[in-house]
Order: sequence, then structure tokens, then C-alpha cells
Amino acid sequence: MKLLPRLLASAALAAGLALPAAAQDPFTVGFVYIGTPGDYGWTYEHDQGRLAVEEHFGDAVDTVFVENVPEGPDAERVMTQMILNGADMVFTTSFGYGEATNAVAGNFPDVYFEHATGYLREHPNVSTYSARFYEGRAVLGHIAGQMTESNIVGYIASYPIPEVIRGINSAFLHAREVNPDVEFRVVWAYTWFDPAVEADAAQALIDAGADVIMQHTDSTAPQAVAQEAGIISFGQASDMIQFAPLPRVASIIDNWAPYYIRRVGEAMEGTWEQADTWEGIDTGMVVIGEMTDAIPAELRASAQAMIDAMAAGEYHPFTGPINRQDGTAWLAEGEIADDGTLAGMNFYVEGMTGEIPN
Amino acid sequence: MIIDPVTLIVALVTVSTPVLLAAIGELVVEKSGVLNLGVEGMMIMGAVCGFIAAHETGSPTLAFLAGMAGGAALSLIFAVLTQFLMANQVASGLALTLFGLGLAALLGVAYPGQPVPDVAKPFPEAIREIEVIGPILFSHDLVTYLAVALVAAVWLVLTRTRTGLIIRAVGESHDAAHALGYKVVRIRILAILFGGACAGLGGAFLSVVRVENWIEGMTAGAGWIALALVVFASWKPGRVLLGAWLFGGIAALQLRLQAAEIGVPVALLDASPYLVTIIVLVLMSSDRTRAALNAPAALGRVFHASS
Repeated sequence: MKLLPRLLASAALAAGLALPAAAQDPFTVGFVYIGTPGDYGWTYEHDQGRLAVEEHFGDAVDTVFVENVPEGPDAERVMTQMILNGADMVFTTSFGYGEATNAVAGNFPDVYFEHATGYLREHPNVSTYSARFYEGRAVLGHIAGQMTESNIVGYIASYPIPEVIRGINSAFLHAREVNPDVEFRVVWAYTWFDPAVEADAAQALIDAGADVIMQHTDSTAPQAVAQEAGIISFGQASDMIQFAPLPRVASIIDNWAPYYIRRVGEAMEGTWEQADTWEGIDTGMVVIGEMTDAIPAELRASAQAMIDAMAAGEYHPFTGPINRQDGTAWLAEGEIADDGTLAGMNFYVEGMTGEIPN
Repeated sequence: MIIDPVTLIVALVTVSTPVLLAAIGELVVEKSGVLNLGVEGMMIMGAVCGFIAAHETGSPTLAFLAGMAGGAALSLIFAVLTQFLMANQVASGLALTLFGLGLAALLGVAYPGQPVPDVAKPFPEAIREIEVIGPILFSHDLVTYLAVALVAAVWLVLTRTRTGLIIRAVGESHDAAHALGYKVVRIRILAILFGGACAGLGGAFLSVVRVENWIEGMTAGAGWIALALVVFASWKPGRVLLGAWLFGGIAALQLRLQAAEIGVPVALLDASPYLVTIIVLVLMSSDRTRAALNAPAALGRVFHASS
């Protein structure tokens, strides 16, 4: 541990000489992970973002990370430790770190905080960011609706929260659009990550007649089950390309690297401002992984057209007319859903047959 | 929409295999008077060792052997701690679980997402596709049949052979067994190693056959269910099999009820194996004579030849 330089840097900070001191010392960015980069899903992609930051800034930036940090008071301890060890900026990469992030941010007003998928910004040095995953789900739904022959799409969901419900609705709307007979069967696994349960859920859906599996859980276990059953699946959070070309025919990738590079750069230059970022396919935060040859060329083209339209800002997956499940109107013809309703979405759209558990 | 009973049965047998293997191993360990709470740790070691071997050698047989070796190697630490150093079994077992989870994570760092060979099914496709009987009886993996056979073998050995009598004697009264000249420590170490190998095989089945991937923490509490199962089964091999199928059946059924869009309280069903175990424990302890018949009398007690 380089104790002396750090003491000098602290002294310089205290004397109001923060900028020159920061210019000499590498800018240190800390990452707090809910899982491990080895999950090949959620945390893996955040770690790819961290590595991209290292590569982009070279020696000017140091990164540190702590994996398997539980949501709750322990997260506060980890963040505080990170900052005391020299972190100038901290990314906390799970929804449940919200309160801990804000508590620590209050103690360290000179440190920049970025909280993934959160909404709490109690201090000016806390930003939140998330991706419009539902844009990716729309593309996958479009593909799933046309690829299914049994007209049953199985969906492994994690928890009944707006983020997940939004994804189901988006996928379902776009599957129905191309296939009026398609039905979605949803199994709630009540976990983000439990390979055995995810595999069992996939098998249960296949036994119920599904020939396309979508997942909103993080492991590759459903892919292995789909492979054995000879059906179709989609990569989730990460590319899961090892299961291509079948069963994985496409994937939805969380690409945090551009955002991380941009925000770290802004923090180093002093132009960082508090923000609530929610970006999608347009900025590349959501990426559709390679569509394999298992998808007919025509379908690949129409899916690509949809991606391009969303990238250009010409198409929004939640464009009316859309009714709620009970038949009441939600969006009128041509009306586009506002971010507030999307952020708190707690209902299925018309045509979904199941019920959202409480 | 109705749930297909055939696929339900097939699923429950597959789901229950890792837990069944771990539980039948732990049953023998507890019958010999040792309480090893490190089942979760031994399973995850089996999962990682099995997966690494499967990936590196391409041989499922070697993978399962490596899984057994991994679980047994970890249990050896427990054996040394509790049998030679006479450490507290509960604390050592808990430590073993924590150590196993950490060590497995370390060993497996480079392996998530690596390809493993497909494990061939023992019966040919023609037999597997016979209506109803084919899927239920002939569609499983070799390890699943092995697990069921192991239950029968453990029952036979424990109740019908001299070896079983010695194991039970050590578990009921190590002092008496010692006085009769049986090597209490040696017998218990062998039982612990057997338990470790079984748990390891269960873990390897999970990573190599069912999930076909190595992921940190992938056993996700299966070891604890196995421990609960032994108590639920009141230390009887046949009941371990029934219990494993019951627990597996509940897990498989609740997912199917959801897929069939039948409203069920998922959380309640998920918790039911633990609830059932608690109820069984209450029933057992309410009747002292029956409890005394079932639980090994020397379970968890430290043995020293001089005492």
C-alpha cells in the first residue's frame, strides 16, 4: 500500500488542491458486484465495462472491484472501504444497493457515485443509470412469435417487478403482432440466479408445450435444457454465444462499456453532472447479439429493420393502441408510453393469459 | 390445461437425483454417529471437480469419479478435524461448507461457460420412446439409476449384513463398539469418506448433466435439503428415496402449475420441504420412544478411546 502518497493526496485535497493532486495520481474507479464476473450474465457484462474503462484510459485510471457483495449494510462497508483505499468514483451494480449507495455518498461528497437500475438520488454526487432492456425484448419477441410452431412461448421470469413485467409485455406485444395465435406461459423462479431452478423451469415450460424459451434470469442453464430438447432460446444479459447457432438464435446484451467510459471521462474532467440515465439500442447500451442462420433470412431482415428503427428513434416498443389485460385502454392509437408508467409497470397487456403474482 | 403426469414423474426423478445422492451418503455418515453439516460444501466441490474433469478429459466417467474424489477429499478434512483432533462436529461441518464454497469458486475461476461432453443415456432411443413406460423407466441418466440402486444397497448393507450392524453399533454406542474391539475412528472415517463421495457425485451430476455448466454457488442450498431429508426420513434409506421424490416432486410440480397458469402460492410450495421437515421433527420429538428408535444415539458425540 502506498500510504505516503495517499496521505499527501489527502492533505492536498484538504487544502483545496484537489485537481492538481488528482492529475498526478491515477483516477481510481471502484465497482461493487452482486455476483461474480464468472456468471456469464449480469455481473460479467459489468466487468466487461470495467475492463473497457481500463483499456480506454490506460495508466490514467485504476479500477478495483469487490464481488459477491450482499445488498444491505455490508455494501456500505465495502463502498466505504473502497473509498478509504482511494476510490474517486464508485459504480454499484445492483438494484438493492440504492440505500447503501446514498448513505455512503452523503459521507463522501467529493466521490462520484453511479447506481445501476436504481432511482434514489439523495445527494448531488449520486447518479442512476439503467438500460431500456424492453427494446431488446421487443426484437426477441418478434423473432419468437414467428419461430414458434406450437404457438407457446415459455418465459422464465425472476421476480414480479416492473423491469421484468415490462420485458414480458414488450416481448409478448411483438410476438402477437406477427403471430395472433401465440401465447406466453410465464414461470416465476423467484431468483435471479439459481441454475438448477432455472433448468427445471425451462423443462417445465417445454413439458407444457413451449418450443421457444425466453429467460429473465442470469444463468445459462435454460440454454442447456433447450439444446437437449431441440428448441429455441435467447441469450440473456450476456451473449451466451457458446450455445449458438442453436438453441441460442439471438441474444440481448447489456453493454455498459460506452456509458462507463463516458462517465469516468466526465468525472476526470470535472464535467460530471448528476443524471438519471435510461438508454437503449440508440446509444448501444442494449445490443442484440448475432442472429444465427437458424433464423430465416427474411425474419432476420425484419428484426434488423426493427433494431434500426429503434436506434434511429423512429419506433417505440410501447406505441398504442395497447389495452391492459382486463381490456381497459392504456395507450390510444399512436400514443407512446411515458417513462413514468414504464418505470412502474405492474400490469400485463391484453392477450396475456396468466396472472402476475403479488 | 392439465399437467402431463409422465413428464412430471420424469422431471421429479431428475430433479431429486443430486439431493438423493447426498442424502443417502449423509445417512450412512449419521448412522455411524457423525453429524457432518458440510454436505453443501462437499456437493459444490464435487460439482467443480466433476466439471473440470469433464471439460479437460472429455470423459463423463472420469468426471463422475473426479466429483466423488473432490467430495471425499473435502470430507477427509472434516474426518481429520472431528475424528483425530476431536473438534466439534457442528462447527466443523459448517466450516466445511464455507470452505468448500470458497475453494470451489477458486478452483473453478477459469471454467464457467466451458463446453463439456454430452453424457450418453444408458438405454437406446427405441426403448426410451415406448409410451409412458419408456420415459418414466428408461429415459434417465446412468447416475440416476445408480442413485436408486445405491439406496437399495445401503438399505441391504445396513439392515442385512454384519458390516451394517457394525456401522450401526458405532453410531448407537461408540463406547460399547470400542469395548467389543471395533475400530470406531476408522469406521467413522470410512463412513465420512463415503458420504463425501456421494455428495460429490450428486454435485457432479448437477454441473455435468443437469446444468452443463460450472457456476459459482450453483448447488444453491441442495446440501441443506439433503440434511433435512435425512431427518425427514428418520434415518431409513427407503424413506430417503420417497422423501427425495416428494421434495423433487413439489419443486417440479410448482413450476408446472405455473406453466399451466394455475394460481398457486409459489413461496409456500418452495418452503414446503423445510416445513415438512419441521413437522416431522415435531412429531418425532413428541414421541420419545419412537425418536429414540430412529436417531443414532451417539450422533454428534465426540469419541475418545480413553473415555
